[in-house]
Amino acid sequence: MDEIVDGITQIDCDILIIGGGTAGPMAAIKAKRKNPDANVVLLDKANVKRSGAISMGMDGLNNSVIPGYATPEQYTKEITIANDGICDQAAVYRYAEECYGIIQELDQFGIRFQKDQNGEYDVKKVHHIGTYVLPMPNGDTVKKALYRQLRKARINIINRYMATRLLTGEGRVAGAICINTRTAETLVVRAKAVIMGLGAAGRLGLPTSGYLYGTYENASNSGEGYAMAYHAGAGLANLECFQINPLIKDYNGPACAYVAGPMGGYTANAKGERFIECDYWSGQMMQEFYDELQGGKGPVYLKLNHLAEETVAEIERVLHIVERPTRGHFHAGRGTDYRKQMIEMHISEIGFCSGHSASGVFVDKHARTTIPGLYAAGDMANVPHNYMLGAFTNGAFAGLDAVDFIADVDHAAFDQGEVDAERARVLAPTKRDDGIPPNQIEYKTRRLVNDYLQPPKVTAKMELAQARFAEVREDMETGMYVRDAHELMRALEASTILDCADMAAAASLYRTESRWGLYHNRVEYDRDDENWFCHTILTKGADGKPTHRKQAVEPYIVDIADDEKDAYQNQRVTKTVAAE
Amino acid sequence: MPLAESASIVPVVVDKDLCIADKGCTVCVDVCPLDVLRIAVKDGAPETAYMKYDECWYCMPCEADCPTGAVTVNLPFLLK
Ligand SMILES: Cc1cc2nc3c(=O)[nH]c(=O)nc-3n(C[C@H](O)[C@H](O)[C@H](O)COP(=O)(O)OP(=O)(O)OC[C@H]3O[C@@H](n4cnc5c(N)ncnc54)[C@H](O)[C@@H]3O)c2cc1C
Ligand code: SF4
Ligand code: SF4
Repeated sequence: MDEIVDGITQIDCDILIIGGGTAGPMAAIKAKRKNPDANVVLLDKANVKRSGAISMGMDGLNNSVIPGYATPEQYTKEITIANDGICDQAAVYRYAEECYGIIQELDQFGIRFQKDQNGEYDVKKVHHIGTYVLPMPNGDTVKKALYRQLRKARINIINRYMATRLLTGEGRVAGAICINTRTAETLVVRAKAVIMGLGAAGRLGLPTSGYLYGTYENASNSGEGYAMAYHAGAGLANLECFQINPLIKDYNGPACAYVAGPMGGYTANAKGERFIECDYWSGQMMQEFYDELQGGKGPVYLKLNHLAEETVAEIERVLHIVERPTRGHFHAGRGTDYRKQMIEMHISEIGFCSGHSASGVFVDKHARTTIPGLYAAGDMANVPHNYMLGAFTNGAFAGLDAVDFIADVDHAAFDQGEVDAERARVLAPTKRDDGIPPNQIEYKTRRLVNDYLQPPKVTAKMELAQARFAEVREDMETGMYVRDAHELMRALEASTILDCADMAAAASLYRTESRWGLYHNRVEYDRDDENWFCHTILTKGADGKPTHRKQAVEPYIVDIADDEKDAYQNQRVTKTVAAE
Repeated sequence: MPLAESASIVPVVVDKDLCIADKGCTVCVDVCPLDVLRIAVKDGAPETAYMKYDECWYCMPCEADCPTGAVTVNLPFLLK
């Protein structure tokens, strides 16, 4: 294994789905059910059985809209406000209307959701305004349940192929170029429609631990979805709205106030005092976290040591076995016990992700991108705050719409020269006798991301970032060197990460205002609704560099009253709540 | 410029006595999302699984899915 093999194969399918994490499998199942004759291929860099953010399971649905607890109107309003107004509500509203149906389907797949004594869903309040968090008592089974459905639907699964570029022709999508991660062989997949569910750009900033894979996101999500959409000419929206999360320091996993919050846990300062009213992740919440640290009141902690033994035991049971099961080992190694100490948290490095913020490939309410036949769903598509249920639901929308799209089209013709050029780019690091290994290219890029792009954002620093990135790019293109196919995968990821770093700098420089709290805090500019109440759309310019345009926010479907707009701005606890 | 041989300690450990890679098992190698595990070969035959690349998300599928309990996932040294 891992020896580099020179080979190229081409296959045809109707719908190619790239990424078999969360959105991808649901897209595949929905497409195949709607048209059982369609040849649906689900391709993943890893193994679909255990790939993506939900690899080991999930603690709950963070954003479920359940009749009796919340309405689509309320949810749409909450997300619009949480996302500082920049939101095409049609996609959020459609999600809010249809996600309940998806919950019922997941239920039929064997994924259980918490119910109260009356058999009703036991939804918890974590958000600032409404009630949307639904725990999953057997959340560790989610991936297995999905996989069973994929097998049942006879989806053609291709594991261990990494997509690197999309193919286009006749003004629409034509397929994708993929590389075997263990042999370096090329696979060209011709498809009438392509659905991307490649997850977040999770390896953009460098974790403070310095460990390249010590990320919040599943570290196999290195951002190819973003880079591929960019190189194919699709529009990417609001990339400057970074993902930055409040995490357990060093471990870099979620502290999970979403689980602990409804049981009485909260985010506290060094004195054990609550300083934010609401632990739901937003740019404004992260800004308060940052201010607390800057104000000398840190470190910031997850506080559980005031809770009853049964409650702590229950929190441990959930947090230590499902989502990130090494969390218990981490605390044991540190000698920290929720009963005795508060757990130190920190502000994560940056990434792109719409699952938690709003930086993603632009899509409409059908999950269509700006390229006909090309869809995106989940963390990489710009439906704000869409989390796991958003990945499932928007994945479903993509699968359903793609079936209609392929009904009247054949494969688009593409330029073979694109394949040749991509093979030359991909294989270049295998043709050298020595040079710079991918891990050093990646480390340097991500270290520079931290130095210059981590908010608060400063113009001169971001311009320096661009100059340094150009130097790294030159070194990468002329000197990157790999010894086997596995290292080649890392080399291709390093190139993706550099593309994302360039996009992060360009997008942040373009929006000359501050918005989304810490996510786009540009110290030289205030919020400016007059000029910047709009999406920014980044595309690849004629010079091969990112270029931008403004795009109007679609008229709201659900009105937001003036006194509601700032609900997420006023998060700071005004009177001190003493430690209990 | 030649490459250095700097060492790094890997977080995932496989108990050779429990591992049945010699009987054809490759489960941990198959499931790892980062694809960092491999089967060591001795005298042309598979011997045991091991962590070949220090690129681990400490996520646990390898440990959870191993049929014999041979895998232990520790936290990578840099962040433990
Ligand atoms: C630690 C953690 C905890 C979370 N907790 C919760 C929670 O409790 N509740 C909740 O609602 N949400 C939670 N989320 C968010 C939720 O899990 C995600 O929003 C959702 O799973 C994203 O789905 P996705 O399909 O976009 O990405 P993923 O499920 O990550 O799938 C992406 C897939 O793309 C594949 N891939 C990547 N690059 C390539 C390539 N080049 N070629 C081919 N394939 C590729 C990957 O292998 C992966 O399978 C959490 C996320 C994380 C990381
Ligand atoms: S899954 Fe367990 S038994 Fe199988 S190869 Fe890996 S370590 Fe060995
Ligand atoms: S913990 Fe996760 S990334 Fe690390 S070896 Fe096991 S499966 Fe792979």
